[in-house]
Amino acid sequence: MTATDAPLAGQTPPDSHRRSSPAEMPALSIDGVSHSYGVRRALIDINFTVAPASFTALLGLNGAGKSTLFSLVTRLFGIQAGRIGIFGHDIGLEPGEALRLLGVVFQPRTLDLDLSVTQNLLYHAALHGIDRREARLRAGEVLARIGLADRAGSKVRDLSGGQMRRLEIARALLHRPRLLLLDEATVGLDVKARADILGHVRRLVAEQGIGVLWATHLFDEIIPSDDLVVLHQGRVLARGPVARIIADTGTQDINASFKRLTETAAGFGSLSP
Amino acid sequence: MTSAVIKDQPTGFSPAQYITCLNGIVWREALRFLHQRERFVSALVRPLVWLFIFAAGFRQVLGISIIPPYETYILYEVYIAPGLMAMIQLFNGMQSSLSMVYDREMGNMRTLLVSPLPRWYLLFCKLLAGTAVSLLQVYAFLLIAWLWDIVPPPIGYLTVLPALILSGLMLGALGMLISSGIKQLENFAGVMNFVIFPMFFASSALYPLWRVQEGSPVLYYVCLFNPFTHAVELIRFALYGQINWISLAVVGGCTAAFMIGAVFAYDPSRGLSRRGPAGGET
Repeated sequence: MTATDAPLAGQTPPDSHRRSSPAEMPALSIDGVSHSYGVRRALIDINFTVAPASFTALLGLNGAGKSTLFSLVTRLFGIQAGRIGIFGHDIGLEPGEALRLLGVVFQPRTLDLDLSVTQNLLYHAALHGIDRREARLRAGEVLARIGLADRAGSKVRDLSGGQMRRLEIARALLHRPRLLLLDEATVGLDVKARADILGHVRRLVAEQGIGVLWATHLFDEIIPSDDLVVLHQGRVLARGPVARIIADTGTQDINASFKRLTETAAGFGSLSP
Repeated sequence: MTSAVIKDQPTGFSPAQYITCLNGIVWREALRFLHQRERFVSALVRPLVWLFIFAAGFRQVLGISIIPPYETYILYEVYIAPGLMAMIQLFNGMQSSLSMVYDREMGNMRTLLVSPLPRWYLLFCKLLAGTAVSLLQVYAFLLIAWLWDIVPPPIGYLTVLPALILSGLMLGALGMLISSGIKQLENFAGVMNFVIFPMFFASSALYPLWRVQEGSPVLYYVCLFNPFTHAVELIRFALYGQINWISLAVVGGCTAAFMIGAVFAYDPSRGLSRRGPAGGET
């Protein structure tokens, strides 16, 4: 296997999810995580970190293990091996403290279609213990920020796909998390909606200092200044700044780098996306 | 903002935050119920069909002797009313479980499960919300039954409330436990046939147990060990301002057992992770 093993810039060693000084603490640390469904191994010894105020792309084809990894980080699944920390809080030992710092946008839509836009936000706020008055204020703020203020009373069922995704991102930010996970958030959207959502998330990183882990299989969503984790068949093939991965693989772009990495890992050349 | 801020954030949750969460879950369940008017109507029509048609037909066939809590001869309609109230809760519990399977399939369940509050508490809130919805249905039924001349003592409308809450929790917890084991929505109808109908018919909802014992001693013991029988009897006695202590103990014990089972089944290291991600995800 050819794997670029350089840690991300500014990151701490793999066991850094244990409490270190706050300034060094990664937003997300994944240390030696493995997961199996019966005899099928979905993730094998995954190690990487996401720094605060950074955009990290998790690149992998369908079946690479991205959603399994997200399910582990969000504690939908129990951790079989390894450890996951969110700002120093072990998800297995301190799930409450870890999850309150985390916002998630899952691959399938998780909105209640029969409730209104505002009602969906208020429900989410209640699940985080935010009282109704404060929740209404925050809902107004996030809806204005994502351009859905005029649809506050609309049923979610009546929104477009892009609007639903923006609403899900707004909902994930309602409790003011410091780490945002997005699993294939632009799947099924048109080019403009994809660009809008990606631009919005990048602004969150720049303006609010939120750490973002963006799972995708689309190369054009990754830019050279991003950090990148390449996940393939349950293994991390490379991690580090995009530019470094391209240089280390001796290619011209991330598309070619990915192809080179996966071909080398699998021993055959038919895996190009 | 850097991670240094994180250290200064409050840890743990205040009682007010727990209550906010409970209110939110109950509110959402009530909203969904109100949006599904067909569900409300069907929840009422089912017991009313039993009351207006079945009971009227069997009134002359099935004589009811004087048994506690009744102090005089009663009409068959009066006898089956508590059983029909429990039936409403049984169907509601199973409806909630169907809703949980659907939410899990569609992804909505994740919104609940990634809340930072303890998972057992979230499931308990969900259970309370389902019970609250069942109470609305039962009292609507009682109102119609009153028009049909099924009139318990006035205090009974109040004393039956705790019994309904407990039986609603038990049947809701049973539904929750069942939902944790159902892998696909399509399997739900089959599972329900093996739960709802045996529970309802092998109970004291439609006929007193002494009559069952005369007909079949084996079935009598099946009915006796059926938790639904005790839910019915708990409601029946409470409707007349009395407590059936054995039924109270059985219903309370079963509620705890089913709830613990459901929490265990929804524990991340147990139930959900064995199934893998939902369809289409990787």
